[in-house]
Amino acid sequence: MKATTRSAGNNITIIKLDGKITIGAGDQQLREVISNAISAGNTNILLDLSGVTTIDSSGIGELVGSYTTATNRGGKLKLLHLPAKLNELLHVTQLITVFEVYENEDEAVKSF
Amino acid sequence: MERDGERIEITISSRFENIELVQVIAEHLCENAGVDEDGSHWIGMAVREAVANAIKHGNKLDVGKKVHATFLLRGHELEITVADQGEGFDPAKVSDPLNPQNLMKTSGRGIFYMKTFMDAVHYSFHPGGGTSLVMTKNLAKGSGIASTKT
Repeated sequence: MKATTRSAGNNITIIKLDGKITIGAGDQQLREVISNAISAGNTNILLDLSGVTTIDSSGIGELVGSYTTATNRGGKLKLLHLPAKLNELLHVTQLITVFEVYENEDEAVKSF
Repeated sequence: MERDGERIEITISSRFENIELVQVIAEHLCENAGVDEDGSHWIGMAVREAVANAIKHGNKLDVGKKVHATFLLRGHELEITVADQGEGFDPAKVSDPLNPQNLMKTSGRGIFYMKTFMDAVHYSFHPGGGTSLVMTKNLAKGSGIASTKT
């Protein structure tokens, strides 16, 4: 998995994820990317998931863990450009009620 | 294309990077049986979760232990068996990820996904060690998962 980080201003960090977020391949990397961002004081995070090709229950767990980590530090974690199959995975586990999901980056950034 | 009675078996060592080998077999078997892309994907996901559990929870990531997967197509029914060499577990103790108390847990959704994407999921535990998971899916019933099934 590849993670590309950029600032959107107003203390908002956009992290674009590309590739797999699966057990043993990407799940640990996601945890590290989020941990590094938060350690650097970037607690408002927008995850751009448009480049995610495969995600499993372990990857879903890391998304949940990332959300909790950001929230516990007084920040927010939101999702952008959810692929259709990831959207279904979040729906069946009712996690779609937890995350704020956006299709438009400007709208997402304004929501923080 | 008539694929009745087709049987594919694969044995892998307990490494996470081997999961995809088994998943790809599942997806190709489904596609060759005429299942659409969505349906093949969700069945592949169920297999991925089963194999991941066998490696992580069954065989405890011991690369010396194997995971054996069997795919059997009988008419429209696909039967998938995933067997590990671990000590087994109590399915009754697996938490319900839909319980609000468990919603924010970072693990515990694998079996739920298997049950969502397949028609039936059964475990059997062998006296000498090892767990076998058998999942079945009627490939003629449509590709929707639980959230979209009518």
